[in-house]
Parts: sequence; structure tokens; C-alpha cells
Amino acid sequence: MANKIVNEPLFHIAKRGNLPLWKAILIRGGAIVGAILFSAILCGIVFGKNPIKIIGYLFDGILGTERRIWLLIRDTALLLGVGLALVPAFKMKFWNLGGNGQILMGALIAVAIMRSNIGKNNVLVANILMLIGSMAIGAIWAAIPAIFKAFFKTNESLFTLMMNYIASGIVAYFLSVWSVNGTGVLGQVKTGHLPVVLNAHLLTIIVVAVLTAIMHVYMKHCKQGYELSVVGESENTAKYIGVNVKKVIIRTLAISGAICGIIGLLLAGSIDHSINEQTANNMGFTAIMVAWLAKFNPLMMILSSLLIAFLTRGMGQVQTECNIANDAVANLVVGIVYFIIIGCEFFISYQLKFKKGKNSKESSNKSKQKTVKERD
Amino acid sequence: MKKLLTFALAAILAVGCCFGIVSCGNTSSGDTEKPYNGIVKVENLADIKVGLICLHGESSTYDKNFIDAFNAACTAKGVKSVTKVDIPESSACYDAAADLVDQGCNIIFADSFGHEEHMLKAAKEFPEVQFCHATGTYAHTEKRGNFHNAFASIYEGRYLAGIAGGMKLKEMIENNQLKPENYDANGNVKVGYVGAWTYAEVISGFTSWFLGVRSIVPNVVMDVQFTGSWYDETAEKTAAELLINEKHCALISQHADSMGAPTACETAGVPNVSYNGSTATACPKTFVASSRINWQPYFEYIIDCVNKGEEISVDYCAGIGSTWSNGSVALTDLGTAAATGTQEAIDAAIAELKAGTLKVFDLSKFKVDGNALADDFKADVDTDAQFTADTVVIKTAGDIKYFAESEFRSAPYFGLKIDGITYLNEKY
Repeated sequence: MANKIVNEPLFHIAKRGNLPLWKAILIRGGAIVGAILFSAILCGIVFGKNPIKIIGYLFDGILGTERRIWLLIRDTALLLGVGLALVPAFKMKFWNLGGNGQILMGALIAVAIMRSNIGKNNVLVANILMLIGSMAIGAIWAAIPAIFKAFFKTNESLFTLMMNYIASGIVAYFLSVWSVNGTGVLGQVKTGHLPVVLNAHLLTIIVVAVLTAIMHVYMKHCKQGYELSVVGESENTAKYIGVNVKKVIIRTLAISGAICGIIGLLLAGSIDHSINEQTANNMGFTAIMVAWLAKFNPLMMILSSLLIAFLTRGMGQVQTECNIANDAVANLVVGIVYFIIIGCEFFISYQLKFKKGKNSKESSNKSKQKTVKERD
Repeated sequence: MKKLLTFALAAILAVGCCFGIVSCGNTSSGDTEKPYNGIVKVENLADIKVGLICLHGESSTYDKNFIDAFNAACTAKGVKSVTKVDIPESSACYDAAADLVDQGCNIIFADSFGHEEHMLKAAKEFPEVQFCHATGTYAHTEKRGNFHNAFASIYEGRYLAGIAGGMKLKEMIENNQLKPENYDANGNVKVGYVGAWTYAEVISGFTSWFLGVRSIVPNVVMDVQFTGSWYDETAEKTAAELLINEKHCALISQHADSMGAPTACETAGVPNVSYNGSTATACPKTFVASSRINWQPYFEYIIDCVNKGEEISVDYCAGIGSTWSNGSVALTDLGTAAATGTQEAIDAAIAELKAGTLKVFDLSKFKVDGNALADDFKADVDTDAQFTADTVVIKTAGDIKYFAESEFRSAPYFGLKIDGITYLNEKY
């Protein structure tokens, strides 16, 4: 009999079983509240302000006036819309990083029609053409990488990403053609606007609400929604049960791109009435987080997009109130909050098991090493 | 395939229905123009609140120039201020302006060209608030009482910076520092310019700079490379490198907001005349001089207007030669690379500009396609759908006939390509 020192790690990671819903909500809620408190304290230190005031600004920035509430809901809707576009693609494990490009192309077609004679003469016809055109170009823009993926197994992440740059190049070209004075700034197009519902924001909100419902039904209750999730799980299984994988990939991406096209249409036709290279406002990337945080559930995505819109707008207000003309701190804080929230997802799926000394009764909890008797 | 079609059609129908339903009850809201009833006077300076809308944050030299002047003016006057940075040139600008109105601002100022239409829209909706916009062109034709444009006759500053560049070039020629490849076939010295867009503001800037250089070194020609962006560090750097390495320019200047061109010059050891601020710290060996617009006088002026209840000038342009002479056009301290005698040459030119005996765009000093401009030459001053020349811009002062830049509207409209300047690219 000899004593041997066995090193046991301080903790190990284990997959959690089903976490009760209330616990999961509590962890997520706690993470968000904790993240906001933490960032408020950080801002307080950096800006030299009382953290409680910072939290006040954060909420004032989104709920302070009726206008701000509308803008919050509209921004939420836009993000949600792009998130919805990503859902079917991501569920199929097709990493569509080309949201920005698809939005831009949709917006470009919409602006082109608004500026044309059709836009000037017949608003209704123009609007219908804009809808079809934006959806079609978005679908094409997403379907091109999908076709290459389906037939030649190209990498879709890189391909869709590159399509963004092509789209912004095309937009830059049209801007230089359209803006006669040589500044590259296209003024507001006065004709062919989408109809105004109550105010400049409500149309977007309604359209995205309808899209959310459609996407929920499509993913949950449609055969196509099922097919694409099977393709995502395993292409071979999909083939085995008779799914035409190539068709599903292309079709799903066309749908994804068409929805991005609609968002582009809303941006160009209803919100900005113009276009520039920044029209997509990087939503194609931000929406990845919207979709991911909500585990691709369209209804949960309402909450995740609200959270992100809340943080972005709220931090903008904090920055303004603190008179900081440099957005580095605001971006840093938003990043930290995202980081904590994503981190908490880890603790929902996995748990840390700290060493308890199950192996040996004489082990001490305080010591990092413990002695066990080894049989000879 | 049938299902896909059904789905697409259903989606189109659903969204189309939304549009259809709402278009019935559609009234053109958003464009409600409320009458302007004169400026609202605020007697107590401490009760005045001024809002600033910037395209970028402090990291852009262009916006930093506004932010610093704004903070200095608000502190000097003791008024409240709100700054919103990173506001894109889209409806987000209108949203920001409206939000500033909600916060009780009396004056709102936006700093980027593309902000203008959105500011104008806000001005029509909120008549009790004054809206001021830098570099814009609409105010003098829109005649909306609470919407104003502002600029400075920066072409004068560019001319002075050009003199500094010319003095440096002269020194290099006298010290035999130029290589044979710095001369073109006709024995002219080559200088280079990195421009943003083929737009009057840029063209006016480099033409006056070039005329400043030529006032010191008569045998000079200039190549211009455009980047198609107001801020693109890589493109500006590449453009400067092209001008230095392939075109063999002996002196570089730029109108673009990043450190791209100055850095390239510092690396290659080519003298650089900067814009919007001194680059002396980053480029100690090559920085010659820099001109910039000092916005503080304008900010103080608009605050005073609200304080006294006087209407703000529709189209404000301050400069050295004009009656508004108040330090709006500024030169930074000269760099160590500047030639001796530069300050004296600049001071002499300032005195002449003030006296009116020197005009930057003196018709006898430049030619277009071999000819001087006619007495009835027209430029596109009024921004309208036609984009045609609409105003005679040639004036006579004493015995000098000159192109009257920034006198018919504050934003520059000199968009001519004069002899001696070559555009290397024109695609923008």
C-alpha cells in the first residue's frame, strides 16, 4: 500500500440535462441584468458619472419620448426581419453571411424603380414592381452562392461574404451615375414611395410582423421547413428519405434572400427614400446574433432583436448624455454585454462540476491535491 | 416547385394586401410644412441649447474640427450643448434632428453634405427651431426662414497653403534637390493632389491650392488622383504613392480626411501640404502647412442670433477678403519642413486679400482650354434638377476681373478644369 497523489481538476464541464424553463429564463435574465449593471459601472468609471444615472440614460434613450419608442420598435422590426431571413438558411447549416449584400441589392432595385418614369407616374404599379423586383434580386443574390454550394460544394460563408462587396460596389457605381453633382450622395427620391401608414415607421413594423408569422408557420408546420432542417442535420439522411438536397439548398436561400430584399425595399421605399453604401447598416451581421440567441425560433427572435436594438439605441443616448464624441466606449460596452449573454448560453447548455472529493473520503475540500490509497 | 410558387405568391399577396389596405387611407404625412414665424429669442444664454449632428466621431479629422469648435463656442458662450456622433446621411439624420428638438434644442447644426435634405425636412416641421447646415447648397433657393447654409471661403486658405507649398518647391529647386524625373517634357515641375470626389468643393480647393503654388513657382503642373470617398485611408495612401512613385511629383497635397496621403509622403520623404489640421506630430519631416475652416466664429454667431432675436444669415460665408473677416479661414502653424520666408510670403498675400488687390480666381491667372473665361461665364449655383449653369459669376473689382467663388452661395461652385491640371482618373 502506497500513497499516490492524484491531480483532479478544480472543476470539469458536463452537459446539462433538460434545464427547467424557469431556470433557463432566470439565467438569461440574470445575465442581461448583470451585463447591464456591469457596463453601467464600467461607463461610470470611464465617463466619470454615477452608474445609476447611466442606467437612467440607457432607458431614457429608448423610452424617453414617443419618437424614441417608435424608433426602437422600428429598429427591432428591421433587425428581426433580417434575422427571419437567416433562420431557414442557418437551420440548414448554410451560413448566409451575405445579408448586407442582399439588403443592398433589394434597396437598389427599389430606388431604381422609384426614380424611373413608372415611379413618377403610377405609384401603385411602381410599388408592386418594387416588391417583386426587390424580392427577386435578393433571392438571386442569395441563390448564386447556393447554386455553387449545391453543385460544386463551394464554401458558402466566403461566397456570401464576397457577394456583399460586389453589391456595395454596384451600389457605389449607381450612386456615381445618379448623383449628378459628383459627390456620390444621392438625395431623397421624391417619387414612388411606399404608402405611409400613420407614420414613417408603422409599415415596416406591420410587414415584419406578417413575415414573422409566416416564417413561424413555414418552419414549424410546412414540409419545406422540415426538409431544410433534415438537410441541416445530415445530408445523407435527407438523401435517404428522398429529399432533393440541391433543390432544398437553392430554394431555401432564395427565400432567405427574398426576405432580405424585402428589408432593403422597406429601407429604400419607406424609411430612407434613398440609398448609400451604408444602407444595410451591417444588419446582415447583427442579425446573426438575433437568430443565434433565439436558437432560430422566430417568436423568440422578437425578444433577441429587441434586446439588441435596445442596447444600440440606449448606448447611443448614454454617449450623447456623457458628451463623448468617440464611440469606442459605447461599442466596447455593447460588446461586453453581448459577450456575457453569449457566455450565459454556455452555462445553460453545460454545467461546471466542481470537485467534491467523491473518490475518497479522507480528501480535504480545501487542498487542491488529494491523497488516495492505491491498491498494490 | 409548385409549393415554392405558392409560397412566393402567398407572401407577395400578404405583403401586397398590407400595402393595398394602407394605401387607401394614405395621406401624405411627413411632408407637413409649418409656416415660419421668425426666430424665437432666448434672452438668457444659459437657457439656450444647441445640438450638433456629426457624420463620424472624433476619429475623423473632418468631424473633430467641428466638434472641437462646437465645444469651444458653447463653453465660451455658456450655453447647453448636445452632440450626436455617427449619424449617417439617411433618415437617421432627420430622426436625430427631431430627437434634438424633443430635447429642447434651439439650434441644430449638421456637419455633412448628405445631411442637408433631412435637416431641411426637419426645419419645415419644426419652425420654432433654427437649423444650420455646413457645406449645403439649398438654403438660398429654398428660402425657408429657419434653414441656413454655412461655409467659409476656404479657397483663400488653400491659396495661402499653396503659397507655403510653392515656397518649399522654390527652396528645393534652388538647392538642386529635384531630380530630372520631377520635371515633365516641357520643363515644368510636377506636383500631385489626392482628391475625394470630382465635386466643386474639391475642385475649387485644389485649383486654388495650385494657383497658390504657381504664384511662387510659375512653371508648375499638377496631377490629381481621385479616391471616390471622403474617408478611405488605404485609397488615399495608394493614390499618394502613385503620385510619388509613378508620376514623380515633388510636392503633394490632399482633400480627404484620413492620414493616408500624409503618411505616404512621410515615408517617401516628399513634402506635404495638409488640410483640416496639422499633421506635424505624425509627419514631422514632411509637414509644410495646413489650412482649415475654424467653425467657432460661426457657432458663436448663431448662438448670438438666438440670444438677440436676430435672423441668422441664410447663406453664411466667412473669409479673409470678405466683410465677415473673423478668423473662420485659418492656417495652422508652419511645419519644420517649411521654407524660410514662408510666413512673410503668406502675410503679404493675406494683406493683399484683405485689401482686395489680390483675388484667388483672377481671370488673368488661369486659362481653360487655352482661353480666359468670358465676362458672362455662368456656373451652376442654384441646386435644381437641371444641374445647368444658371448664374453669371464673373465680377470686377478695381481692374481685376475674377471668378467670384462663394459669393453667390457659401458652398464652392468652381468646377472647372484649368490648364496645367491633369485628372489621372475621372470615374467619380
